[in-house]
Amino acid sequence: MLLTSEQMAHFAARGFLRFDGLVPAEINRQFLSDVGAVEDEESWDSYYRKLMTEGGLPLVPAGVSLADAYSEESALARLLALPEVAGAIQSLVGRAPVFDHHFLHVTFPPSYYRGNAPVAQHTHQDSTIDPRRAFDIQLMYFPHEVTVEMGGTRFIPGTHLRVVSEASIGRYQNVLGQQHMVCPAGTLLFMHMGIWHGGGANLSDRLRYMFKIRICPTQRQVRLWDTSDLAADHGRQRPIFWTGRGEDADPVQKILMTPEPWFEHDTGRLEFMNRVRFWRFLLGDDSWDADYWLTRIENEPD
Amino acid sequence: MLYLKSSALDTDVVAWAHYDGTGRHRPMAGDTSEPPYRTGVHALRDGWRLIQASPLVSHVRGNEFKTDYLKYEFFFEKLVEVD
Repeated sequence: MLLTSEQMAHFAARGFLRFDGLVPAEINRQFLSDVGAVEDEESWDSYYRKLMTEGGLPLVPAGVSLADAYSEESALARLLALPEVAGAIQSLVGRAPVFDHHFLHVTFPPSYYRGNAPVAQHTHQDSTIDPRRAFDIQLMYFPHEVTVEMGGTRFIPGTHLRVVSEASIGRYQNVLGQQHMVCPAGTLLFMHMGIWHGGGANLSDRLRYMFKIRICPTQRQVRLWDTSDLAADHGRQRPIFWTGRGEDADPVQKILMTPEPWFEHDTGRLEFMNRVRFWRFLLGDDSWDADYWLTRIENEPD
Repeated sequence: MLYLKSSALDTDVVAWAHYDGTGRHRPMAGDTSEPPYRTGVHALRDGWRLIQASPLVSHVRGNEFKTDYLKYEFFFEKLVEVD
């Protein structure tokens, strides 16, 4: 079940796709069972140590085929085989992606901090400076319900095309438009590798789990989604600024030209240009444009 | 710290952070969804003193369209009595 063009445009513009409650309860239960339980640990660091060394999550080397990363009957293999999940992965990173790494993020409630209240993770971009056009995805899996008090993952839509250096953005505590994952069990969040995010503070009385897999392409990421719904003239230019009712927008153009609340006046326009360049890359068409952003600056008559 | 829509202090806040040297509060990432002030000028009116503003930097040829960090960063301070 490949992504539609509108879903793909949403990913290109905002850097994420969210599927609430997609994973069946039975797989969620199996996953939590596979992870294993740690009994009677009073500190977060000893809990983590035990879970990593004695829990049931496999050790998987970087660079193996995603198809070979998990044993066939495991919850994670079954999750990746769900038609919506397999289709989204194929649409974003192709037919033969490779596994980069996975990690079970456990966010601990106050009782594990010996009197020190837990704090939210600083805002960051994963890995390191990464100016590629090709992109990896990070699949975030929430195997149980996440309430407001549990401090679900925070992320800022539309930041994925900004090239920054990992934790350097830690001083940005709050950004207009930021979202917090509050979701039912079995929710999946597909994120572009560049999106700014951080874990929240867990102020509930329960542990919070979020399992992340980073997945890399092995083929050029061009037209991998279901493009059958793309209008033949979806690159047709529309009136700009003086728009009348503005009702003739192609849906893809409309998605790509919708600003985020945090956009600055001038660099917000650069973000539109980033999105057009990204869509050109995904389409394999270096002439595609929306609202004339790139055509205007590429016009250099002899 | 306020991040504005442009270099003009009377434009809207798009991001913000608060660090409290008194230890009375412990602000942290993601703790509020609405900015403390609508613009930088509103912070001035509430007694905050502007101590630093990010400069306007010439664009390096070849990097004119690159986006990275938030561009319009303003640092404010407020002095308070502590016991």
